[in-house]
Amino acid sequence: MTLIEFIQQPWPWWLSGMIIASVMFILLYFGQSFGFSSNLRTICSMAGAGKVSRFFDFNWRSQTWNLVFLLGAILGGFISKEFLSSGAPVMISDSTIRDLGAMGFAPPQGMQPEELFSMSSIFSVKGFLVLAIGGLMVGFGSRYAGGCTSGHAISGISNLQIPSIIAVVGFFLGGLLMTHVLFPLIF
Amino acid sequence: MKLIKFLLAGTLFGIVMAKSEAMSWYRIQEMFRFQAFHMYGIIGTAVTLGVIGVFLIKKYQLRDFSGNPILFYPKDKSTVRYLAGGTIFGLGWALSGACPGPMVVNIGYGYLSLLIVFLFAVLGTFLYGLVQNKLPH
Repeated sequence: MTLIEFIQQPWPWWLSGMIIASVMFILLYFGQSFGFSSNLRTICSMAGAGKVSRFFDFNWRSQTWNLVFLLGAILGGFISKEFLSSGAPVMISDSTIRDLGAMGFAPPQGMQPEELFSMSSIFSVKGFLVLAIGGLMVGFGSRYAGGCTSGHAISGISNLQIPSIIAVVGFFLGGLLMTHVLFPLIF
Repeated sequence: MKLIKFLLAGTLFGIVMAKSEAMSWYRIQEMFRFQAFHMYGIIGTAVTLGVIGVFLIKKYQLRDFSGNPILFYPKDKSTVRYLAGGTIFGLGWALSGACPGPMVVNIGYGYLSLLIVFLFAVLGTFLYGLVQNKLPH
């Protein structure tokens, strides 16, 4: 296998985990910390939300580095799609394909399900509401919990912080509730 | 130019979210159904290396590139906000299949419908700011 063929395959979990830890240490070395959802608060502040809530009344320019990190993440997605991808569908387990199939999801054709993210889905009432409510809960919950997967599950647990361990327990409580209890009602 | 290093770090993050498939709704579903080791392997590896690295940073009082000590600021002690906020976050994570980072990686990858998810995540953060004082923390 050539190097480019290796890169174009999905990366193994151990390599991916090593690179994610590296990203955290790179940010620490550059005097910052790894926490992506802070950007959502910064964007509110940039848009003038400081006028209606003191929560957004801070010097958002101090967070410019993180917004630049966000732009990099978009660029990384683009580069992956254009240059580093084989185009093969996500190789999820047969049991997941079967479970999702029972709810009307076809086996993966790409990275994301057409049933949720295609143009025809997002212009249906239900399709739009799924994405909107999902996003709303992620944005609300991440700030209420004071961090998301990067800030709590990676940075916080690396520092063995009790609050982050509680937050991650919450992430899983919510995720399991949605997957096993609410999904059969929604799909 | 001081910011270019953050652009590069973000690009590396975006690439690893895509190449690990952690940006995929399918992978998040598989994780919450405990049907593959993949996502647990990714997070477990990152956290194991993270714990070792943070321990060494503290033990040897390492400094960042500009010579300042690398400090870790503990979060406020509480249970309600982390559990309640975390649960709301988890509900949204499983539904949309994306936490905030992977949302924008998806947009770069060409899944433009994730723009809706991201805009509503910004709106959710704004709503939190409005009702923050009324919530138990």
